[in-house]
Amino acid sequence: MEFLFYMGDVFTPINFGLLLLGTIGGLILGATPGLSPTMAVALLIPFTFQLEPQQGLILLGAAYTSTVAGGAVSAILLKIPGAPANIATTLDGHTMATKGEGAKALQLSFIASAIGGLFGVFLLIFLTPVLAQWALAFGPSHLFWLAILGVTVIGTLDSSSVVKGLLSGCIGLWLATIGFDDIMGAQRFIFHPAVSGGINVIPALIGLFAIPQVITMFTKGRSSDDAEIISVKKHPIRLAFVEVFKRKTALAIGTITGSIIGLIPGVGGQIAGLVAYDQSKKFSKESEKFGTGHSEGVIAAESANNAMVGPSLVPLLTLSIPGSPTAAVLLGGLLIHGIFPGPDLFLNYPQVAWTFIDSMLIGQLLMCIFGLYIAGLAASVARVPHAVMAAIVLGLAVFGSYSVQNSMGDVYVMATLGLAMYFLERFGFSAAPLVLGLILGPIAEANFIQGSMIANATVGTGTYFFTGWLNWLLILIVVASICYSVWMEIMARRYTTKDDAVAKEEALS
Amino acid sequence: MTDLPRNQHIIASGFIACVGVSIAYISFTQEPAAAFIFPRLISSVFAVLAIWTFVKAILGRTKVGNGISADAMRNMLPGLVVAIVYVYWAAKALGFYTATTIAFFVLLSLYDPAPHSELKTWGKRILITAGFMAVMYGLFAQLLNVFTPREIFF
Repeated sequence: MEFLFYMGDVFTPINFGLLLLGTIGGLILGATPGLSPTMAVALLIPFTFQLEPQQGLILLGAAYTSTVAGGAVSAILLKIPGAPANIATTLDGHTMATKGEGAKALQLSFIASAIGGLFGVFLLIFLTPVLAQWALAFGPSHLFWLAILGVTVIGTLDSSSVVKGLLSGCIGLWLATIGFDDIMGAQRFIFHPAVSGGINVIPALIGLFAIPQVITMFTKGRSSDDAEIISVKKHPIRLAFVEVFKRKTALAIGTITGSIIGLIPGVGGQIAGLVAYDQSKKFSKESEKFGTGHSEGVIAAESANNAMVGPSLVPLLTLSIPGSPTAAVLLGGLLIHGIFPGPDLFLNYPQVAWTFIDSMLIGQLLMCIFGLYIAGLAASVARVPHAVMAAIVLGLAVFGSYSVQNSMGDVYVMATLGLAMYFLERFGFSAAPLVLGLILGPIAEANFIQGSMIANATVGTGTYFFTGWLNWLLILIVVASICYSVWMEIMARRYTTKDDAVAKEEALS
Repeated sequence: MTDLPRNQHIIASGFIACVGVSIAYISFTQEPAAAFIFPRLISSVFAVLAIWTFVKAILGRTKVGNGISADAMRNMLPGLVVAIVYVYWAAKALGFYTATTIAFFVLLSLYDPAPHSELKTWGKRILITAGFMAVMYGLFAQLLNVFTPREIFF
């Protein structure tokens, strides 16, 4: 119950103000199509430099939570999911809105999001210290395999092609080796002065997530998004609460599915929402109503995508292995404040860790309260023309990258990586494993070298890295995730037509 | 798959294969060897996967990735040129705020669907640019105290 001890810290004027700012800003950013939670959090990192570590994390955590929920606004009112996590919400949410039940759909989505989110954060609260305690026993070989596992799992599960996902991970791992070697001090792959100190993670994250989005907006040319906002009629909030609790099965399926999926590294909110939607349809007594504006569809999808947020941070806070691209961005936010998450985070920085987690708990409630009232404003912001959005994101990306070290080199790195990522994405590569590779590369290398030194002095490298049940468990998970993804890819090819595949890719890009 | 994406896939995967092989070559030839143990491990896997992808592209068996259509290329090119000039040259040469103002305004004008012939449209674009720059200046120069290059202009 240590989290209760630090609860008061969330309510100091600055912390609470930042929590409010992150929540309201996140709701608006989330409602904006094209601004994914990961990109929103990456663009916010430079604004946390002047803040205390826990203040910065409160802002980023609130933004993460509410961008996921805010995406439901444009999904319901505009039929454009604000983030991939809200794809499933569109199916019933928008139909409800066209039938004049827009306000009800929004209320259901925010209430379900808050309930799912609260459950997810409680899971984070109770699982994290247990896992952190367990993780203290990890040696260099385990941490090496964990880092490799982080890259391969996200590379295989997050990508449409296993080979290209793994290749993206390799590119990230290679990028992480650029600069001076830590042990020998030797120069490695320094082909431009801008990368002589290695690739700074924050500009790289901003470039990899923001620039491809800017270029995608350019590709739309001078066309206008003529999506129409559906006006909402008033609906009593009390009735929305009654409806959510009446649909207990959908709420439970969404919350549990989201929480479990959140714990699996690399499997994001988009999958959580779709799986929960599918499962609640199967278990519903009114399954034929799904897709026709049924409240269970909205409740299941939204409770799932927010329930995923808390558990997705468990591997980050306990093992320093980010389980999702957004967690990787949060890791970047921690590292710039000199805090390295891991098993001893709760021993060395209990105030930072618990205040952050507590703020996510309070953030869920604020998100629900504000979400219900500013949905209309958020939907208006969602209609900002893509020309304006592209220019704003480019400007923020340049300023944000520069402000990390006051260096134009970082801006060049950001732009080059972003440009390359756009083209890579068009050819089936994915940003998530590349980012994980870039962040986990130093962890993998440091533990590989340390493990090799121990091995050379004792049992030998092969024996050291390939014996012990934990090493084998981690290796088995790596192999299993690759095999599972290859099998899924073969099945998808066998049963999916070319047109379906192209349509799916277009929808996700 | 039409010929256009297939050719694009061959070029893209060929480029990545070249990068992979070059990295592997550098990793295995550079000294001190101890500093390149991990890069050797990574680059070996990188090179193998990149060559595999390249061979699949040559055989026309690439299933993922739609490439870039001529329309998309035509649309993105002006914005891309402005962005590249802004990031790699203007931001340093003209001064950060001046370059950002110009780039923002040009991008807005290039991609705003409103007709260029109306005076009101231009007024709106100038207002949006001024508003954005005021927020940027307030945040970065005043609040966060970020020093920015101020070469020829502000």
